Amino acid sequence: MHEMSIAVAMVEQVSDAAERNGSGAVSAVRLQLGELAGVVADSLRFCFSLACAGTVVDGAELLVEHLPGRARCAPCGAEWATGMPPQLCCPQCEGGTAELLCGRELQIVGVRWGDDSSRTGTEPVSVQAPEES
Amino acid sequence: MCRVVDLQQAVLVKNDHCAGTLRTELAARGTTVVNMLSSPGSGKTELLEAELTLAAARSVPVAALTADLATEHDAERLARAGVPVKQVLTDGLCHLEADMLRGHLEGWLPEGTRLLFVENVGNLVCPASYDLGESLRVVLASVTEGEDKPLKYPTAFGLAQLVVVTKDDIAEAVGFDEEAFRANVRQVNPGVEVVLTSARQGRGVGLILERAMAVAAGKAAHEPVMARTGGTGGHEHVHALDHSHDHDRAHSHPSDVPVHSHS
Repeated sequence: MHEMSIAVAMVEQVSDAAERNGSGAVSAVRLQLGELAGVVADSLRFCFSLACAGTVVDGAELLVEHLPGRARCAPCGAEWATGMPPQLCCPQCEGGTAELLCGRELQIVGVRWGDDSSRTGTEPVSVQAPEES
Repeated sequence: MCRVVDLQQAVLVKNDHCAGTLRTELAARGTTVVNMLSSPGSGKTELLEAELTLAAARSVPVAALTADLATEHDAERLARAGVPVKQVLTDGLCHLEADMLRGHLEGWLPEGTRLLFVENVGNLVCPASYDLGESLRVVLASVTEGEDKPLKYPTAFGLAQLVVVTKDDIAEAVGFDEEAFRANVRQVNPGVEVVLTSARQGRGVGLILERAMAVAAGKAAHEPVMARTGGTGGHEHVHALDHSHDHDRAHSHPSDVPVHSHS
């Protein structure tokens, strides 16, 4: 149950960014969470709501974007969904030198500032998704 | 009014940054860190005591830091090896973080320490996410824990650079299926070395010390598939970007992450 530590780190990062931007209250935080990140979304949401208390992030919604695990084997070119528990051996050539394309994300990708409470939670946060290579 | 900012930042960037700094600082002092993870009761303290005793007999300057929620029992046991030992009580926190470790090393870690063994809190979930600045991550499982342990805790076993099976002297009695265990390790972490040990019988004792010494001497440790994220999507993805482009700020003060007690 390290989700509390992660929630505290998130609140701190968003608060720092709010201070840098001279922004006020945060209404939503968007997080990319990979299937293999080892973090439970429900637990993180609960901890996030507690960690927000008394900060500029207080009351902000946590929007979690789940990303499935995907791996690629460079030698044979196979690409597959890792699943859970993950299959990280190449299912095609049984090689052990694959690379994860996706799945370990634990990344803040967008923050919405604003005090327009009528919009909070009713519209998706429009943020630029990070480029995947 | 509503404003959207594409703040892109890995949540564990602070810990990863602090771990990297600690790794560099300790390397400059000639110290290599070995991070040992396992569930409670896997026998890592007994094996570590045997490894420390062997190191002392070989005049290898080692030290150990052991973390528990409560009691100093482990430090008392490890101290029998006659090497510097420090007990860290986490007051309920389920894992160590890099800045915590750094704080505990200040003023304690003896000069000239070649290897520092960190016995993490007995837990296969939370410690897996936190780089402590180690150069070798060892994950242990006893033969009583079941062959499917690597599949149940894929992050811990998936990021291991050495897998150690303990209590192998009772493997037959508990029906431990070594082949199945190895297959399960291979599924989540192909290529990682798996070694069998029995601290009671002295079998396999010294393997961790040898592997750690090799890494300290510059040999590359195993690189797990789960850690090969190609610079995207991993905790290693250190990329802070927002409208102010104030990168320095985002990477500073690695030591002030608040610590909360929880289990």
